[in-house]
Amino acid sequence: MIKFEGEHLLPGQIGHFFVILALVSSFISLMAYYNTSRAINQESKIKWEQYGRFLFLIQGISILSIFSIIFYICSHHYYEYMYAYKHASKELEYKYLLACIWEGQEGSFLLWSIWHAVLGSIICFRKKDNEWKAPLMTIVNVAQFFLMLMILGIYFFGVRIGNSPFTLTRNEIPAPIFSQPNYLTFLKDGMGLNVLLRNYWMVIHPPILFLGFASTIIPFGFAYAGLQTKKYGDWIKPALPWALFSTAILGIGIMMGGKWAYESLSFGGYWAWDPVENASLVPWLIMVAGVHTMLIYKSTGHSLKASYWFSILSFIFVLYSTFLTRTGILGDTSVHAFTEAGKAINIMIGIFVLMFAIPIILLYFKHQKNIPVIIKEEETSSREFWMFIGALILFLSSLFIILITSIPVYSKTPLLKDLIIKIHGGPLALPEDPEFLYNKVMILVAIILGLITAFSQYLKYKSTPRSAFIKKIVYPTILSAILTAVLAIVYPYTYYKHGAGFLGAIYTASFCMIYSFIANAMYIRIGLKDKFSHAGGSISHAGFAIMIVGMLISSSNKVVISDSKVNGINIPASIDPMSKKQDNPTENLTLIRQVATKMGEYDVTYLKDSAGNEKGRKFYALEFQSKKNKGNENFILKPDVYLMKDNNMSSNPDTKSFLTKDIFTYISFAINGDNNTDTASFRETTIGEGEKGFYSNGYFLLNKVSKNPNNEKYHFKENDIALMADLTFVSNDSMHYKANPIVIADSFGILQIDDTVYAQNLFVKFVGVSDGRKIKVGIKESKTLIDFITVKSYIFPYINLVWFGLILMSIGIFISIIKKFRLSNTIAITILTIVSTGLIYMFLFAN
Amino acid sequence: MKRTHIIILIGIAVLIVGLLVFSVDFSTYDTIDSAKNKQGKFVHIIAKLDKSQSINYDPINNPNYLEFYAVDSLGGKTKVIYHNNKPTDFEKSERIVLKGKMQKDYFDCKDILLKCPSKYKDDKKMLEKNIKEQDSSK
Repeated sequence: MIKFEGEHLLPGQIGHFFVILALVSSFISLMAYYNTSRAINQESKIKWEQYGRFLFLIQGISILSIFSIIFYICSHHYYEYMYAYKHASKELEYKYLLACIWEGQEGSFLLWSIWHAVLGSIICFRKKDNEWKAPLMTIVNVAQFFLMLMILGIYFFGVRIGNSPFTLTRNEIPAPIFSQPNYLTFLKDGMGLNVLLRNYWMVIHPPILFLGFASTIIPFGFAYAGLQTKKYGDWIKPALPWALFSTAILGIGIMMGGKWAYESLSFGGYWAWDPVENASLVPWLIMVAGVHTMLIYKSTGHSLKASYWFSILSFIFVLYSTFLTRTGILGDTSVHAFTEAGKAINIMIGIFVLMFAIPIILLYFKHQKNIPVIIKEEETSSREFWMFIGALILFLSSLFIILITSIPVYSKTPLLKDLIIKIHGGPLALPEDPEFLYNKVMILVAIILGLITAFSQYLKYKSTPRSAFIKKIVYPTILSAILTAVLAIVYPYTYYKHGAGFLGAIYTASFCMIYSFIANAMYIRIGLKDKFSHAGGSISHAGFAIMIVGMLISSSNKVVISDSKVNGINIPASIDPMSKKQDNPTENLTLIRQVATKMGEYDVTYLKDSAGNEKGRKFYALEFQSKKNKGNENFILKPDVYLMKDNNMSSNPDTKSFLTKDIFTYISFAINGDNNTDTASFRETTIGEGEKGFYSNGYFLLNKVSKNPNNEKYHFKENDIALMADLTFVSNDSMHYKANPIVIADSFGILQIDDTVYAQNLFVKFVGVSDGRKIKVGIKESKTLIDFITVKSYIFPYINLVWFGLILMSIGIFISIIKKFRLSNTIAITILTIVSTGLIYMFLFAN
Repeated sequence: MKRTHIIILIGIAVLIVGLLVFSVDFSTYDTIDSAKNKQGKFVHIIAKLDKSQSINYDPINNPNYLEFYAVDSLGGKTKVIYHNNKPTDFEKSERIVLKGKMQKDYFDCKDILLKCPSKYKDDKKMLEKNIKEQDSSK
């Protein structure tokens, strides 16, 4: 047994103790609350509940302690712990310490359980809803128990249950260095936070998103409570504000992820129908459907069964999304890099999903016949009828998304896999344009939802007299038709990629969403007589509509301004016979330092590069000068490239935001700055055909020497005396460059035409002929020859509508929540002010 | 019109959407050799960069032309042409997913998905490698 020096083992032991304590106390609390819900006499009910509450509190304190200890370990750079070694590093700025905790799987499970603990505490210490507490807390405790199992890290019969965040580096990695007692002195730094995650969104997005995920357990718990207490419909009323809360937070969390992707990833946009995005969108869509059916039930008594299903499924799909993103099953299909953390934990996540899904569905079917149903069907002129249709459309669209997203799962399901190969001729993969597959279905969904949200506000519950309805709806209809027509004329869509049919669908969807916005905005005036406390629904519908309009405009009229074809210097890819196709635009443009290049309406100059705070980070200053608005629209963008310690590069975009458009730019290629040595004079090498010579950054080959070459560049005649060397330069990063220096002898003497290899900063000279069929080649390596970068640049018009719509939608939902919780005016106004300033600042100003 | 009628209508709509979706030409995962038998069809290939061959990318002349060779685990090999920039860390990639169409003598690539070693933080082997690098640079 080696005695290791300098280790800090105590925090890990305390942390491990708290993990076990949290696991055990959540289990006992689970039993206690279950007994509370089953107890018949009041006395034992109170006794069990006290137990349950006490143990839940212990469990909550334990989880917070675990979190604090991880934070302590990471902030003190105790690399003897695997977690700190994997995610922290010394140069990491303090503000990203939290982000580095949720980078790892253990940290994100912990984050999830912290929110469960917070939400659970609110429920069990509130004075209201006493009858629902016990079953609700039972469900929360089951989830907590499973989450703690995920970070337990104890061996049972040789299988490790869960991955503990407190494992030691030397126990995890078999490397000879760990046999030395002073190994810690060699373990100088951790691997650090992935640079893509070093963005302020990554500090705030995961907690909000996980609060959204965690909050879906409450409507689920209420549905269970409804079945368990046999008060089949009474749970809807107390569950509704929670479902609204979940909708708001999850929606904000998802869009924060979109904003992060937009700001720091180079796929150029806020949404890519990536499996990870889809997996979090699906529970949101179902929760929105659930909110609507709950509202129907509250007002009319219809749609109770649907409310059960949506409340249950939303949470089940949160679990399923954990399964998709945390087991590595998505593998090659996602740009998000998730890898599996071991087979045992994958199986556990699978069990976690099934342990929730199967019992609740069985329980539901056991009680199904007792759930009250109204036999009489809704009138088509009633509001609840169209609300239900809307909810159904939301649900079906979520099923569509998840069916497509799950394609990689099919290829790993034993029987299904063989069936697919038999029918399809190979493992199923997404089509050539996967985004279009989603878009063409979702555009239909947008059309239907836009229409329904527009007119159904003007319908009354039960039934609506026809004439009154038509009188009210006629103005918004005409107004939005005019607005759409104006839009089509003044600012037509230029999205021709998928033909006239799809373009028509985009216009139709735009009309429907504008209609929805106008109708809802006018409804606040006409229908509610400016009573804003009741306007939550209308405001959030209007916000949703603006958000979708923003998405339609910014995606349809997105312009690639770094298109090589508009550039005078670059020749359109003449080497390529295939690029005749219109749908394969060339998006990269090379900018030579200090040379202004035309990019759309801008003249863009690459001014200089400068080092950033972190070592290896380099910012490139690009000056944009508008030709249209002289002076007003000149700005400098500083996208950066980051060469990390592990020699991986990452490119981070920079965006200039105007009210009406964003100019989004990132570096798609940059030469690695410091690999040239400066030798200002030519160095001669004598070389024969087929032989190799060397230069500082690689080697070169003399392919052949030709006499009087006649090619695109040179046209020598037979009686000239000219020799051309055909050289290939191979750099250390295995790039190949051609150089053809020439030597000419005429009546005036000897003339040399040098060639250049810009990318390697080389001047190449044909010095002369040597003995034995060899020639002399001179090479000059210069530091300041040429510097260039390759960029991609897009304009997203009116993208601010997306963020503005989201903010409006969220404010609308919060207004509804406040009304449902019956909060006092002062509290209501305070909450609304905080929420709206926070959102406006984060989404529109904090760039 | 009753609720059931509307639901039937929605059922029909779903059916239409379903047909719409499955009329889409879903792609397949192929090996280089099986892709060569499906010339002109859009396929996904899981392969590796052939590091023994040169990568041709000269951004000064054309930033939208990348040429390289790919090999797969079954030994298939093909030239690949990609009309876009050289992805960051291309040379360091352990595995690449190529999406595109096989032509006569090259693979016309539309999209490249890289799996870089840095993304494998949870991969034990990568951690081991990283520790060894630190160890040797002490």
